[in-house]
Amino acid sequence: MNIAATGVKFGQSVKRQEDGRFLRGKGKYVDDMILPGQLYAAFVRSPMAHARITGLDLDGPAGMPGVRRILTGQELVDAGLPALPCGWAITSRDGEPMKVGVRNALAVDRVRYVGEPIALVVAETQAQARDAAEAVMVDYEDLPASVDVLDATADSATLIHDEIAGNCAFDWELGDEAAADVAFADAAHRIALTLRNNRLVPNAIEPRAINAQWDAGSEELTVYMTHQNPIGMRMFYAAAFGLASEHKLRMVSPDVGGGFGSKAHNYPEEVAVTFASKLVEGPVKWTADRSEAFLTDAHGRDHLTDVELALDSEGRFLGLRADTQANVGAYLSSSGSLVPTYMYATMLSGQYAIPAIHARVRAIYSNTCPVDAYRGAGRPEASYVIERIVDVAARELGIDPAEIRRRNFIREFPYQTPVVYEYDSGDYEKTLDAALELADYPGFAARKAESEARGKLRGIGVAAYVEACGIGPSGKLAKLGGGAGMWESAEVRVHPVGTVEVLTGAHSHGQGHATTFAQVVSDRFGVPMENISVIQGDTARIQAGTGTYGSRASVGMSATLRACNQIIEKGKKIATHLMEVDYDAVEFDDGIFSSKDSNVTIAFAEMAFAAHAASGFPTDEIEPGLVATSFFDPPEFTYPAGVYVCEVEIDPDTGTVEVASFCAADDFGNVANPMIVEGQVHGGVTQGIGQALWENALYDPDTGQLMSASFMDYGMPRAGGVPDYQLVFSGTPSPSNPLGMKGCGEAGAIGSPPAIINAVCNALGVRHVDMPATPEKIWRLCQQKEAN
Amino acid sequence: MYEFTYHRPGSLEEARKLISEDDGQPLSGGQTLMPVLRARLAMPTALVDLTRLEELKGVNLEGDRVVILGATTHADVASNALVREHCPALAELASGIGDPQVRYRGTIGGSVANNDPAACYPTACLALDAEIRTDRRSIPAREFFTSMFDTALEHGEIVTAVSFPTCQHAHYEKFPNPASRFALIAVFAAKLGGQTRLAVTGGGTGVFRWQEGEQAADSGGSLAAAALSEAYFTGDLHASTEYRMHLTRVIAQRALTALG
Repeated sequence: MNIAATGVKFGQSVKRQEDGRFLRGKGKYVDDMILPGQLYAAFVRSPMAHARITGLDLDGPAGMPGVRRILTGQELVDAGLPALPCGWAITSRDGEPMKVGVRNALAVDRVRYVGEPIALVVAETQAQARDAAEAVMVDYEDLPASVDVLDATADSATLIHDEIAGNCAFDWELGDEAAADVAFADAAHRIALTLRNNRLVPNAIEPRAINAQWDAGSEELTVYMTHQNPIGMRMFYAAAFGLASEHKLRMVSPDVGGGFGSKAHNYPEEVAVTFASKLVEGPVKWTADRSEAFLTDAHGRDHLTDVELALDSEGRFLGLRADTQANVGAYLSSSGSLVPTYMYATMLSGQYAIPAIHARVRAIYSNTCPVDAYRGAGRPEASYVIERIVDVAARELGIDPAEIRRRNFIREFPYQTPVVYEYDSGDYEKTLDAALELADYPGFAARKAESEARGKLRGIGVAAYVEACGIGPSGKLAKLGGGAGMWESAEVRVHPVGTVEVLTGAHSHGQGHATTFAQVVSDRFGVPMENISVIQGDTARIQAGTGTYGSRASVGMSATLRACNQIIEKGKKIATHLMEVDYDAVEFDDGIFSSKDSNVTIAFAEMAFAAHAASGFPTDEIEPGLVATSFFDPPEFTYPAGVYVCEVEIDPDTGTVEVASFCAADDFGNVANPMIVEGQVHGGVTQGIGQALWENALYDPDTGQLMSASFMDYGMPRAGGVPDYQLVFSGTPSPSNPLGMKGCGEAGAIGSPPAIINAVCNALGVRHVDMPATPEKIWRLCQQKEAN
Repeated sequence: MYEFTYHRPGSLEEARKLISEDDGQPLSGGQTLMPVLRARLAMPTALVDLTRLEELKGVNLEGDRVVILGATTHADVASNALVREHCPALAELASGIGDPQVRYRGTIGGSVANNDPAACYPTACLALDAEIRTDRRSIPAREFFTSMFDTALEHGEIVTAVSFPTCQHAHYEKFPNPASRFALIAVFAAKLGGQTRLAVTGGGTGVFRWQEGEQAADSGGSLAAAALSEAYFTGDLHASTEYRMHLTRVIAQRALTALG
């Protein structure tokens, strides 16, 4: 039974274990599930951007076929259901706590964005629920709507929440304003720029879905919900909403078809459906259609920023000031206050030693869908601000864009920035050199000439990003206003035959945890991949956890490693009895326990059996079984960084921007599975190109209607519209976790938008172009250039 | 989606009855109709699926005409040997409609009957003087496309085929809307009987022949200077009227250049 170890290694490009079932259509999603006695929900939604509800007629619809119940916002309030919480407390500059507009699960008296849910119909079929929802007559008294921060902060703007002056949730600052002012006063050069970070729709392939089942007998609530953090949601549903006691609440997120952050939040619809399940005492299902997803999945970005950079005569950075108005939508979503503050302003140092930084952020309510975390969440906004202003500075001071960055890089780690974070590790010059080499930077002039010969304008863009991810550390987050721990837990269960289950509170919604988490185990135990299961997403099975967002799988993988190490320690203890040697003399390598003091060797599977047979060691000293649990709270964030170099080719006759090449050099520390990490970079960069060139959640300023509310009008990136990416990983291991990993899930979306826009500006010879750089916008710039 | 009855008739005759007598809505690929139904923007009582009718599928060569039957998918047109040999530009046009999923469902009959103002096929029909054959008559393309989303079809009339002249001198140039991949502006250019034809889609009001452009091309003039009526164009969130008019000139010129 001495089985040879056939494990894979951490760092190996193992094929994704989960793809077989996804590619064959055998994944299991919430909407696939039909429970006995299944009922269906549909929402009555506001067609108005801002209005008072003056009448709600439910009598007709209540009597329609199959209708079981119609629920209104007032009923939820009367039943004591609390408003939706915003999970991060921000304090304004004047010491005032942030002003939170009350967000009920169903609107009461007033609607504040198109698509806001007003009432919920439960019926026996989905069609019946929709028919009845359509038949609900709502009377509105129209109110003026503001969709943009400039409109919402105008003196004439109508207050969106009557009690919140100036539609301003908070006016917050970070950094040292006086020090920044001194830096600017002494500066040889001051460069200023105003830029917008366009609003995005997340567009996960699988829309939001829930199936809530209340058991009136046992008073147990089971909620199947597509979510990135089911265990956290159980706590919210129990503690914040009182929907059931936490020990009687089971939350299950089966396969989840993409999230990008949009499935990490608390949404009103899911709370209302769960409440309805209790009223009708049966399972109630709701799956958003694509139109609902466009209108109500929390949007991303939407910043307006004035930024200034102070430089000395040599082009060294002396200070940075940023004044940002963040459009938070009609209400503060779950992390709506966190994203534009501690996820954003803390990153404004970029890869540079900037002695003085000051940021001011005003969070502005508007009559739009609430804004929350979306791939990168605050960090793409920061990266865009700094990498654009640095590029403008290079252009205006006549310094090469790569050189101005090199001249200002942070070179010693750890490095304390003036805006909270202490970067753990990195070698920024090394990633710059790697990217420039990959991109054949010196060869650009020849390529530009070749493009010109074909009547095209070629531009090159460089962007250097750094980001903080891999959250926790819980203690540091608490000091910044966080309320919940952000560790991760793993339980590793070794069965008597040597197969292994890993139970993790992390939740893959596309990342490939079934492969990478298993790789940690396979590498450590020497167990083949097919003998390892990674289990996630069910509070009835998983001990504890805090979910997947903020590129934090390294936390769960570190917990997994630690649990594996506990198993090996226990195996060694058992081995001392089986091999009759001292503990210190036992070694474990390549799946075999051995000792220089004994000719007995024990394979991992044999040890698994021995631990359960419990006959070869004293069970009063060593407990039987082979199970270990670890909770890992990282001591610090991880700080992945990289340099992206891209080239665009512009057709001046039509304004079309083609991304001709895209080279990425990323420092992700130790990489668990290069193939999967490449996929993460491909996806992130593609989303960033989408933001830079096509994507735009555009609200009509007069009516407050979302104009780009379908794939007919919202420009998603497509495989055909992006180049073959050239990637290189240049790793400096992170000291913040035992695997030396840094997050990789969001990097591509953080670094690529400024790289693209820098290249577009370079091609056109202009100072700035706001995203998205659509053909008509570029054509008009080409026309202006010709006219001049 | 509202409730409706789905019919899959076994013959054109049966389909005619279901459509004329039972007020059925013809379904010929559904690449426009199905999203409309899913969004509950239409409420037909019955759908009559024409795409299973073998008598409406395929391509025939009738003398100097390429005749594409109504329920032939874009993918089949794109790959059809007769089309590729006798009217290659049409195969190229079909190969660029939507995406592969659309091309394997959408049909030529469905496309021309719908007459989306940004659809591809109507340009080829107009530029090449196609005949749209129905279960009742044959309609010249210039009379068929009346205004956007409207045609000369009478109630219950079914497109059974579209007949094109064989043509080696044609080219379809499309500037796709980055979101929908419909034409933001597209031009079908052809030489027919020694004369240049330029049919434009995507302007906003429906497909049209740009006759001033055709005259300019035939007289050796410049398209840039040719008159172009603003009445054919509208602006929206994707492109202003001015930009669409500019694109029309650029794309038409590219189509002509490709034509040689």
